[in-house]
Amino acid sequence: MSILVNKDTKIIVQGLTGKTGTFHTEQALEYYGTKMVAGVHPKKGGETWSSGVEGAAELPIFASVGEAKEATGADASVIYVPPAGAGAAIIEAIDAEVPFIVCITEGIPVADMIKVKAKLDKSRSRLLGPNCPGILTPEECKIGIMPGSIFKKGSVGVVSRSGTLTYEAVFQTSNAGLGQTTAVGIGGDPVKGTEFIDVLEMFLADDETKSMIMIGEIGGSAEEEAAQFLMDEAKKGRSKPMAGFIAGRTAPPGRTMGHAGAVISGGKGGAEDKIAAMEEAGIRVSPSPAKLGETLLEVLKG
Amino acid sequence: MNIHEYQAKAVLKEFGAPVAEGVAIFSADEAEAAAKKLPGPLWVVKSQIHAGGRGKGKFKELPADAKGGVRLAFSLDEVKAHAREMLGHTLVTKQTGDAGKVVNRLYIEDGADIERELYLSILVDRTVGRPAFVVSTEGGMDIEAVAEETPEKIITLPIDPDTGVTAADAGKLCDALELSGAAREDGMTLFPILHKAFVEKDMSLLEVNPLIVMKDGRLRVLDAKVSFDGNALFRHDDIFALRDETEEDAKETEASKHDLAYVALDGDIGCMVNGAGLAMATMDIIKLYGAEPANFLDVGGGASKEKVTAAFKIITSDPKVKGILVNIFGGIMRCDVIAEGVVAAVKEVGLQVPLVVRLEGTNVELGKKIINESGLNVIAADDLDDAAQKIVKAVKGGA
Repeated sequence: MSILVNKDTKIIVQGLTGKTGTFHTEQALEYYGTKMVAGVHPKKGGETWSSGVEGAAELPIFASVGEAKEATGADASVIYVPPAGAGAAIIEAIDAEVPFIVCITEGIPVADMIKVKAKLDKSRSRLLGPNCPGILTPEECKIGIMPGSIFKKGSVGVVSRSGTLTYEAVFQTSNAGLGQTTAVGIGGDPVKGTEFIDVLEMFLADDETKSMIMIGEIGGSAEEEAAQFLMDEAKKGRSKPMAGFIAGRTAPPGRTMGHAGAVISGGKGGAEDKIAAMEEAGIRVSPSPAKLGETLLEVLKG
Repeated sequence: MNIHEYQAKAVLKEFGAPVAEGVAIFSADEAEAAAKKLPGPLWVVKSQIHAGGRGKGKFKELPADAKGGVRLAFSLDEVKAHAREMLGHTLVTKQTGDAGKVVNRLYIEDGADIERELYLSILVDRTVGRPAFVVSTEGGMDIEAVAEETPEKIITLPIDPDTGVTAADAGKLCDALELSGAAREDGMTLFPILHKAFVEKDMSLLEVNPLIVMKDGRLRVLDAKVSFDGNALFRHDDIFALRDETEEDAKETEASKHDLAYVALDGDIGCMVNGAGLAMATMDIIKLYGAEPANFLDVGGGASKEKVTAAFKIITSDPKVKGILVNIFGGIMRCDVIAEGVVAAVKEVGLQVPLVVRLEGTNVELGKKIINESGLNVIAADDLDDAAQKIVKAVKGGA
């Protein structure tokens, strides 16, 4: 099993016709035939998208998410719309009742995400991101920008606030022979759709996920909340072996480190507090981002 | 993006918040004329730098017993004397670091009779994804110390974005700040105003410390610190115009022109990485192997060859840098683009220090080929661990 997406997931693309959307849609189609079914563009409805590669697939373009969803029966949407319009794009997908929305876009104003969040809380949609690499279930489905070549079908559930550190965890667990059930990038923004706890709950419930890797970073308290959640679940007898990492041990306070959400402010959100909370919850936190796979193997050996 | 106190007050005044009359000056010659525009008989002369703790700060060039960065003046002569002492000198506060910041602007403000000092701020509460007020009756002091010692005296109130600040919300804030009479009336109007300013101007932080109750019972915004969401500046030309580049590290200013996320640090290993998480982790692993990073640099997702070249030039322009680590795990970023950018930059500016390159992910073989065929003296690394050890060894070995 996998979580959230599998070989049957049908995906529409908002922002398909741009350079980024085109590149990553090609990559998704090439990845075990991920079911990319349509694109959306307000002014290009009725046209056809083609990757430009000879003999490659073509996708129909619809003027709105609602039309695309109705025509294709899509259950997910991926958003590559530039930041100024991305908030509105997410809201369009929520209004069209797309069950699973993945927003890759980085740099959306926080105020726009606050509006999205208010709308999302009253809807039945789940949002992953924004400012995230997406989600990938090996040999089945790739939504977003993760490089498919590093994945291997297996037993580790990976969840991370950072895109490139997700790749590290995936690459290392592949090399360690463990492979992944699903890798989920929840994104580096302060206001987002899916938190660690949501994903950890799904991994705990998934029989094929035998162990987990959680990668956090400075800023906010999502890691502490996740640690508390894991401790509460462990008391109910639900737990799985886990390794983790926190990025930003050397980050100076008060400075935003690339990700809008990665900032130690008012003495809160530092790496040491997060590491301590995660270790208390039984997660083996690796001091080195290069030893995630190794650390998980050690945990599994007991 | 941060702005100065006087600019923050002007923004808040536009929305109708009660702030004192004041005039900003850039040279001591302007001090008297500025003070004369204000009623007196009490003036406050305030250093304008992007750092807190100004009042308790000390000027580097002045004797140790000289007054701090915020001073009271009881006459026009005193205003002039303070201005001469403060302008052009370096103020060191607990937020500036030892280097301090040169005071290039002063704000001369009408003095106020203070009855009580309160704390108020608005920020985004990420646990609920909403703006939230944080208030305390313990104003005028370091709020982090209050949070540490008496956390029960800090009250947080998230605001529903669909309703804004309701009368019930404003009432709760008045209660929390123990406001009554005229101050309560002022509070009921002020809190919605501050929230409106926060939302409409895309602020990421609005801090009023202190918010004061004056002897006449009215509220006044005595100090204001405002930061804006950098991702929303595209829709606020008026705010962007308030940017003071002299407050920024020159390398950071240059980086922002190329849309690069760069933070200058104190170490000697320059880093160029894709992805904020990996960029932080790269700093961490350098430290783990006993060296210090010179910077945080995330070239971002869809970086072009030109952007990579610009990034590389910024790193090499830092005289502290004794070695460079390029660490790329390509997803959206293609390794061949990074490789081309690095090669182009080195050809343009030369390479005086060891360079370790680790490439992985999308188009990695092509990237490695470009580096190998370039003839550059590059130390190739297999993975992040290997890369960190190699650059630390190269830098320490050369020392």
